Amino acid sequence: MRYEADERGYFGETWGGRFMPEALVKALDELTVAWQDAMADADFVAEFERVLRDYAGTPSRLYHAERLSAQVGARVLLKREDLNHTGAHKIRNVMGQALLTKRMGKTRVIAETGAGQHGVASATAAAWFDLDCTVYMGAVDTRRQALNVARMQLLGAKVVPVESGSATLKDAINEALRDWVASVDHTAYLFGTAAGPHPFPSMVRDFCRGIGDEAREQCLEQYGVLPDAVAACVGGGSNAIGLFTAFLEDEGVEIHGFEPGGDGVETGRHAATIHAGEAGVLHGARTYVLQDEDGQTVESHSISAGLDYPGVGPQHSWLAASGRAHYTPITDTQAMDAMALLSRTEGIIPAIESAHAVAGALDVARRLGEEKGPDATVIINLSGRGDKDMGTAIEWFGLGDAEGEAEPVVATAPGEEA
Amino acid sequence: MASTTTAFEKARAEDRAALIGYLPAGFPSVDGSIAALRTMVEAGCDAIEIGLPYSDPVMDGPTIQAAAQQALDAGTRTRDVIDVVQAVAETGVPTLVMTYWNPVERYGVERWATDLAGAGGAGLITPDITPDHGGEWVEAADAHDLDKVFLVAPSSTDERIAMTAAASRGFVYAAAVMGVTGARDATSDLAGPLVQRVRATGDIPVAVGIGVSNGDQAAEVAGYADGVIVGSAFVRALLDHPGDEAAGLAALRALTEDLAGGVRRG
Ligand SMILES: Cc1ncc(COP(=O)(O)O)c(C=O)c1O
Repeated sequence: MRYEADERGYFGETWGGRFMPEALVKALDELTVAWQDAMADADFVAEFERVLRDYAGTPSRLYHAERLSAQVGARVLLKREDLNHTGAHKIRNVMGQALLTKRMGKTRVIAETGAGQHGVASATAAAWFDLDCTVYMGAVDTRRQALNVARMQLLGAKVVPVESGSATLKDAINEALRDWVASVDHTAYLFGTAAGPHPFPSMVRDFCRGIGDEAREQCLEQYGVLPDAVAACVGGGSNAIGLFTAFLEDEGVEIHGFEPGGDGVETGRHAATIHAGEAGVLHGARTYVLQDEDGQTVESHSISAGLDYPGVGPQHSWLAASGRAHYTPITDTQAMDAMALLSRTEGIIPAIESAHAVAGALDVARRLGEEKGPDATVIINLSGRGDKDMGTAIEWFGLGDAEGEAEPVVATAPGEEA
Repeated sequence: MASTTTAFEKARAEDRAALIGYLPAGFPSVDGSIAALRTMVEAGCDAIEIGLPYSDPVMDGPTIQAAAQQALDAGTRTRDVIDVVQAVAETGVPTLVMTYWNPVERYGVERWATDLAGAGGAGLITPDITPDHGGEWVEAADAHDLDKVFLVAPSSTDERIAMTAAASRGFVYAAAVMGVTGARDATSDLAGPLVQRVRATGDIPVAVGIGVSNGDQAAEVAGYADGVIVGSAFVRALLDHPGDEAAGLAALRALTEDLAGGVRRG
């Protein structure tokens, strides 16, 4: 099967493409050429790898979570992207795009962000590369991710709250696109996920694919086998495609994406785009979209700002439609339970985004453990750390009361009440 | 319904530019938008663009977005847009729909083309579809004898301008500024050269949009373009008179007359 996009940016001839105002086409064409040239230039690739290694701290560890493994009866390996500089996988994408921005001679970057991790990474790259930086963020997200707003500001970025629509990630993307139409001669749009018009889905994937390339090599080296399954959370899908890409041709490796199920898909309050969406066009790509009968985008809901998006990267739509990967919704409750579980068993507080992957992957691990025994191996992408989500965790679990002891959070299997 | 070309031919015969007015369907209500658009026709618009309100209008500025949101909040559906087209097309003035792509894809491209043509619509203006990614629409439009209005921008390469002009029918929409829709104090100095670049490719009419809000600006643009497109200023005239339909329509009529005078001076 062909997993790459064709020249015009279509995966499987249907998904992706470029549904964009003519005003941006020249910039997208220039970006496509610049990116392809850069990736074919050994010096650029070496520089990208050097920056990631020396500054961002890659390769990230592949860590055997032994206590978690014992609980589920299979080998659970965590790809520790949470240990990267700025605390998420997003630094890989941003360092790649910022390096490209420099190469193209542009002086300003804009970005959109949901969880704030992409914004923090963009602000960091802008500081490091001496670029002007503006970050658009849904007003709802600026509130639930206040810590990351402060981080971006400290790093010198301007954070613009977006009030329109659902005031979350989708609207931040709209606003960033509007900025870009007016500033495209000197401004690069550092797109935060593997969605949007061609070439972003392919370019962002390429900058993130180190996650899977490293994990595959580490797994073979450390355990002498390929994993039986790999798992990641899916918002737009950058961390997921970054992990999945290395394993697409390994037919024996199951590929699992976990989408935000919010209050439960049946309630309508969720962001499980592939599971519950329909093919359509959003933000320049044909992909699965949460939409009504008239093609109006339906507002998404997730406890996780980084996954709260009614679209998804088009390559994921193709992987789902072709059957190569499986996408399953995880509710807010399941994700928060998994956040507590990982914290209690391994001493690792994950981002709520990543906790979706943990919740879903543990079910996969349990099944594989039963089928294949304790050597069954599952790699979970721990895309980011949970510091930014402490406000949400405090509220959800009722933490932070120094007087009494906080209600002990019971580590339960996903789906059960905490 | 004749192609929008007829409006340009009529204007050319009078040695002036055509005036094209835009409002979103369903704003301030479905009936309200019909009354408003008919007023614009009576007061001098040569062609009408009806916006299909959409949740994620990437090219629209705050004024048009606010109006479209009001229409959506009031429950405007794609089907209503067809009804508005029908009511306006009955006046005999070429009536196009300006729409982002997803609602059309969702409605069904073939069904959309059939219904639009059936309502007397002249064609479609597609801000997020370029000819090279719009194969499905090009086919359906050709099959139903509908206008395909594609946009060019100051950033367009000569090659893309030639490709776009060749694929368009009715007219070519020149987005005069790099930026979203909205009234501006000064017209763009990018528009004139852009119109010239389109003209160099053949004789399809070129209309300039984005930023024009009064008769003097319309006169200026009419000096070098075949058509002047006005949107935000009309929307503003209605937004400024919330709940008072008569006052809104009077403001709309006065603005249209000012603009129609402008294209005759240019
Ligand atoms: C830690 C973390 N993981 C995952 C995501 C979701 O993005 P994507 O699906 O592009 O990986 C985000 C987005 O902000 C994030 O911060």
